[in-house]
Amino acid sequence: MMRFSTLIKHPADWMTGGQGEHGAVLTSRIRLARNLRSHPFPGWAKRDQRAAALDLMRPAVEALAPMKGAFSHELGDLTSVQKQVLVERHLISREHAARGDGSAAVIERRQSFSLMLNEEDHLRMQAIRPGLQLTAAYNALSELDTELESSLEFAFDPTLGYLTTCPTNLGTGLRASAMLHLPGLVLSDQIGQVLQAVNKIGLAVRGLYGEGTESLGNLYQISNQSTLGESEETIIRRLERVISQVSNHEQNAREKLLEDDPEMVADKIGRAYGTLRHAHIIDSKEALNHLSLLRLGGTLGFFSPETVMLCDTLLMDIQPAHLQMHSSRKLTAEERDSIRAEIVRSRLLSLESPDNRVLAKHETITPDPSNLSDA
Amino acid sequence: MKCDFCEKKATVFLTQLVEGQMKKVCLCDSCAKERGVTDPTGFSLADLLLGGLPGGPGTAAAGKSPAKPGNGRKCVTCDFTLDDLKRVRRFGCSDCYATFAEEVSQMVRGMHKGTTHIGKVPEGLMAQQFRAQRIEELRSRLDQAIISESYEEAAGIRDEIRNLDELKI
Repeated sequence: MMRFSTLIKHPADWMTGGQGEHGAVLTSRIRLARNLRSHPFPGWAKRDQRAAALDLMRPAVEALAPMKGAFSHELGDLTSVQKQVLVERHLISREHAARGDGSAAVIERRQSFSLMLNEEDHLRMQAIRPGLQLTAAYNALSELDTELESSLEFAFDPTLGYLTTCPTNLGTGLRASAMLHLPGLVLSDQIGQVLQAVNKIGLAVRGLYGEGTESLGNLYQISNQSTLGESEETIIRRLERVISQVSNHEQNAREKLLEDDPEMVADKIGRAYGTLRHAHIIDSKEALNHLSLLRLGGTLGFFSPETVMLCDTLLMDIQPAHLQMHSSRKLTAEERDSIRAEIVRSRLLSLESPDNRVLAKHETITPDPSNLSDA
Repeated sequence: MKCDFCEKKATVFLTQLVEGQMKKVCLCDSCAKERGVTDPTGFSLADLLLGGLPGGPGTAAAGKSPAKPGNGRKCVTCDFTLDDLKRVRRFGCSDCYATFAEEVSQMVRGMHKGTTHIGKVPEGLMAQQFRAQRIEELRSRLDQAIISESYEEAAGIRDEIRNLDELKI
């Protein structure tokens, strides 16, 4: 069975995948909730009933073709730091991490699929893909789900659809979400307006780590709320449409910022670069906000395009549990801030200072041969 | 589906737990209005059933054993009670959705874009339902065949039913 260290050693496929044209959409995630028929839901089940459900599901899940050689552990076998690392990688939920024996996590080698057994529902399955790929993620996950049906009997009602512990997930049991990086909309003060519009069509907006978390590093998650009364395709199509619209707004906002206030943009990106390259003590919030600007700089041409991927990997690696794992001991908050700064400095060592020729390109609307020769 | 009281098309479907037994009633628009079914506060299926349905429909019992009377409503599969539901706003098991059907429809209203599932259906379940339907069909044909003393045909139908039965998961 795959060990924790092997699973975590490499960044997930979706962390290093194609970043799209301008990288506003980091990842797409699909989650399906399923329950076993006639077994009490995990939150209501007695210890032995929960264990019985797990014994039924675990072999079925491990037998799935893509889960061959997967990471599969009961949560009681993992340390709290290991569980927290999985949360930081979005592989298990915070709620799941709080569980112990009787609950398990089965995670595909490349971290594209992760299945939580005995979370709030018996089975919470997830597929993650880089960029805006909700349909592809859904199709892949639905295939797993169909395969599981042959060995597990899921609770299903013709009228209410898939039956879930909480009625908010009834029907399709589908939660589709995308992680967006929206610094342009934040800097141009349009974010409130855009998110309100998204909310109005019944979609939820959350921070980096889901429900009740604040938005750090200009990262936002957009997801559906309604799961009953519409097909999976309808839900996903609407979400994809809205997300590409938001993503276009973001792109326009970035271009307009460069045109209207290039000095401000260059100043922010330059300061972020300076801080990250030279800080010795940096907390998570400050680091995330500067990394956000560095990432923006990467998409605008201030840095090489690979900078975007570098930022996305760092985003994960500077989280508290990742830092503890990195130094393989318990760290105080002060120690964490020092080690975080150290990691950031070492990763950015070869990153050249911002290329301000970007500004010149935007300043001159009329074609100027001397500028063009540089481009 | 026809109304349990008259021959009109049923448009209102009710499921309620009466003395630990699950009861189902199908009504047409006018019968539903007449019996006050559309008023959720003052309606009890028990009254409706005790009022005497022709041929005693709605007696399809889903529960294995009736819950203790006077205990409030309780799911026979997992012992989850109405009080638990009010407290946690979640359910104990999938059968709770039938036990607390009324509460479910109240909770679901306004929570989602619709109240009826559209989308994926478990393939196995579809096949199973289809098979159950087919077996039922065959059984009535078998009865017919026996009544008309076509024993050869009856034997053929019996074999077909047996084959379908063996396919069951």
